[in-house]
Amino acid sequence: MSDTTGPDQITGATPDNALRNADRAEVQDGPMLAADGRPLKESLGRALRRQKMRALLLVAPLLLFVLLTFVVPIVSMLFRSVENQIVSDTLPGTVQAMADWDASTGDVPPEPVFQNLFFDLFDAAEAKEHTKLGTRLNYENTGLASLFRTSGRSMDDIGEIFQDAIEEVDPRFEEGAFWFAMMNGEGNSAVLADQRRRWEALTGDDMDGDIGFAPSQAIVDLLPQTARAYTRFAIWTAIEDEDVVAEEDPWEAFYAALALDLRDPATVSAIADYQGEGADALRALAAADLPDVSFKDAFAELDEDWLSPSVWETLSVYSASFTPGYFLNSVDRELTSDGVSLRPENERIYIKLFGRTLWMSMIITFSCILLGYPVAWLLANLPARTANVLMILVLLPFWTSLLVRTSAWKVLLQQQGVINELLVWLGFIDNANRLVLMNNSTGTIIAMTHILLPFMILPLYSVMKTVNPSYLRAAKSLGATNWTAFWRVYFPQSVPGIGAGSILVFILAIGYYITPEIVGGTDGVFISNRIAYHISRSLNWGLAAALGTILLVVVLILYWCYDQIVGIDNVKLG
Amino acid sequence: MPLMAVLTAMFGFVGGNMVGQPWIGALIGAVLGAIIAWVIDMMPAQRTQMRWGLIIVLFVAGLVFGNLGTAISGTLIGAVLGWVGYWLATGAYRKRVPIYYTAGQTLWHNTFLFICGLVFFFLIAPLLPVIWLSFNAENFFTFTPEMLNFQAEGYSLKHYRDFLGTDEWMVPLKNSLIIAPIATIISVSLGTLAAIGLSQSHVPGRRAIMAVLISPMIVPLIISATGMFFFYAPLGNWLEANLGLSQSFVGYVKVILAHAVLGIPFVIITVTATLVGFDDSLTRAAASMGSSPVPTFFKVQMPLILPGVISGGLFAFITSFDEVVVVLFVGSAQQQTLPWQMFTGLREQISPTILAAATVLVVMSILLLTTVELLRRRSERLRGLSPS
Repeated sequence: MSDTTGPDQITGATPDNALRNADRAEVQDGPMLAADGRPLKESLGRALRRQKMRALLLVAPLLLFVLLTFVVPIVSMLFRSVENQIVSDTLPGTVQAMADWDASTGDVPPEPVFQNLFFDLFDAAEAKEHTKLGTRLNYENTGLASLFRTSGRSMDDIGEIFQDAIEEVDPRFEEGAFWFAMMNGEGNSAVLADQRRRWEALTGDDMDGDIGFAPSQAIVDLLPQTARAYTRFAIWTAIEDEDVVAEEDPWEAFYAALALDLRDPATVSAIADYQGEGADALRALAAADLPDVSFKDAFAELDEDWLSPSVWETLSVYSASFTPGYFLNSVDRELTSDGVSLRPENERIYIKLFGRTLWMSMIITFSCILLGYPVAWLLANLPARTANVLMILVLLPFWTSLLVRTSAWKVLLQQQGVINELLVWLGFIDNANRLVLMNNSTGTIIAMTHILLPFMILPLYSVMKTVNPSYLRAAKSLGATNWTAFWRVYFPQSVPGIGAGSILVFILAIGYYITPEIVGGTDGVFISNRIAYHISRSLNWGLAAALGTILLVVVLILYWCYDQIVGIDNVKLG
Repeated sequence: MPLMAVLTAMFGFVGGNMVGQPWIGALIGAVLGAIIAWVIDMMPAQRTQMRWGLIIVLFVAGLVFGNLGTAISGTLIGAVLGWVGYWLATGAYRKRVPIYYTAGQTLWHNTFLFICGLVFFFLIAPLLPVIWLSFNAENFFTFTPEMLNFQAEGYSLKHYRDFLGTDEWMVPLKNSLIIAPIATIISVSLGTLAAIGLSQSHVPGRRAIMAVLISPMIVPLIISATGMFFFYAPLGNWLEANLGLSQSFVGYVKVILAHAVLGIPFVIITVTATLVGFDDSLTRAAASMGSSPVPTFFKVQMPLILPGVISGGLFAFITSFDEVVVVLFVGSAQQQTLPWQMFTGLREQISPTILAAATVLVVMSILLLTTVELLRRRSERLRGLSPS
């Protein structure tokens, strides 16, 4: 069908044919003119363009509709299978600090990484986003979900170590209003905008709006970490909690930030010259002896696992915004700092599942050929009236709801089902040894063969209908036996039908979900059931998207073959 | 006679098996079969009487040895034996094959027909127990002894009452009847337009466009559903937040759009198939008589391609009406459709009400199939393709 759009395929008056005629005429008699005096070629060319335009305009609404509601969703699924922004969105500082650190050394990263982790995790815990990250990383390294969940809760405890010490030096640090007066000032919009973006990335919410606060330039220069931590607090308080910044109790995080800033000798000397609000309090702090706690130790105290290199390896490997991790997971591999390696023996399920899906689809396709071929032959060779009546027997299951047919097989195949009851009643099997026909691959194969059989019979029938029966008779009259005549003459002519039917059945079979889910048990399920499981139960959407993408690629290759063999516009229904 | 003996021996074997002595049963069967064959051979003329006689004798025998159920199987066996007996005795088995066929070829021909019969049986038979069991008086998925003995107390319409009387089933049915027609209207109107565009003589990139338009049928439903799940969830939230639409309305819109896309390939395929036989000179004739394109479409083209459009619409309708996976992923509990309810029913609590629903759906699909068949014949008649 590839050249239906080409010229001269369509008989009758098309501008295209006329154009060619005009061409030939021009060679003989010079340019021909149309009735309105324009050269005929130009006039015809315009008509052709207009016709193309009209055809495209008719197709355009549907094409747009399909692209928007079908192709775009599928492409977005492909995107989701590699997307991995959650780590860098939730722990932006940590990821940045980790950039210089080499995970393959098998060590734990240095102190600055832990400092950043504290602030990142503190914010994430305020926004209640740390559990999501934990869940995400748990797919790669079991145990991280609980590590993040419990640690997120305890970030306040680390902050309080510094809070207590600072408040002891000057009790004014307990008041939100004091902090506000100290931090607020001439707007440093760069810091404010940065921190807004950070929250937006973390929560996915819009963080624009007036917050009634801007960090003063002097403080930003003097106490950079404190200024950033306070700005984040201010944005969160004003926009998410919709409270007034100055009236809210300060977060534990700024005490930690302040203590960290004061560890820098340059800051301590700069405070001596600082003249702004709360300068005396800061000077007193600089002179005081603040706790010199290492964040690494503080984290280790919360949970030993923070000192485990495997946790940091996972964090570092999955800190990139895009990851092949889901795809590797779909083929039972995993990403480590040394490259790609096989997953542990007990976690390898997907290769097996893909293999089973393909294998069972092949068996189903083969059984469909076996059962469908004789019937299609019969239908194609009977007189039209009888064939039409018998065709209804093929079409009725085709039109019957998939769920009706699946429930029918459930009724037939179960332990107390019709087939078992009948066999027991007739005495062929013992009541105790009923056949296990359901909840295994047998059930899936039987039920799906039945469900997909019409999809094999219909293409076979339409091909066999075109095979001229006199060839067979000619072969026999020339002395061929029945078998030879069939095998050497008839069968080769019906192969396109087998090809078309097989690809159709195979494509439909590898994507089946409902029937395996109901009659398949655990041994008879397909990859689609696993995808559905990840979407609705385990919520590992990235993995579901990756598995779906692999399946889609397989189907598209088959679709392309189908298009080459049959041509998609040659598909017939009923 | 030997064939007949073998056949009855088989029935005897099965019957004997029931009481534990298959071989004695087979022997008795063989002897009885030989006698029947001999009797039939003696009196080939009294065909009808003999067959009825056989049926009645076996019915009575069944009633004597067992109950009504056995009697019915006896009747069936009687009918089969009578038919086969005369079929063999009168040589009717050669009627459909050419004269020159050898015995082996005739045997093969009939075996072939028998195999095809089995396949047809395989296609249709699974639906029958569903219909039968939906009249079960008990809450079982299996046959009760009362049902097998055809006693009235074994049967009831209670599952149909459950189906029609409870919200559990009526709400999904209503949802299905809201979603499927609207989705069908969308896919038919857009699909018909596009099919007309595609069947014109010059369409740039026809093959690629066709591939895109057919793809919803080819891409596995689970993948479409996954993609739509990721896509429609944020879209729905956005619609709710920014346009202030109610959650249930947005839910319906999402499911309807998703189903409309799934129905489009069917409309495209059937309508382009109809348009292949459409004579373009008709529209040109209309144009030459001064009709503008829109009236030409509605008065000339539309009536001729209507059968194709309607059967495409029916395909789209059944696709939406029958669809579970996408609605499961895209819809929320408020959009629960009939297949969804059946699916959860089959997976969790098994109640024969599902079978009542299934029977209703089978009846519906028979009606749809009849409509499509009638339309197809009408359109073939119009195009003069096949006189059958």
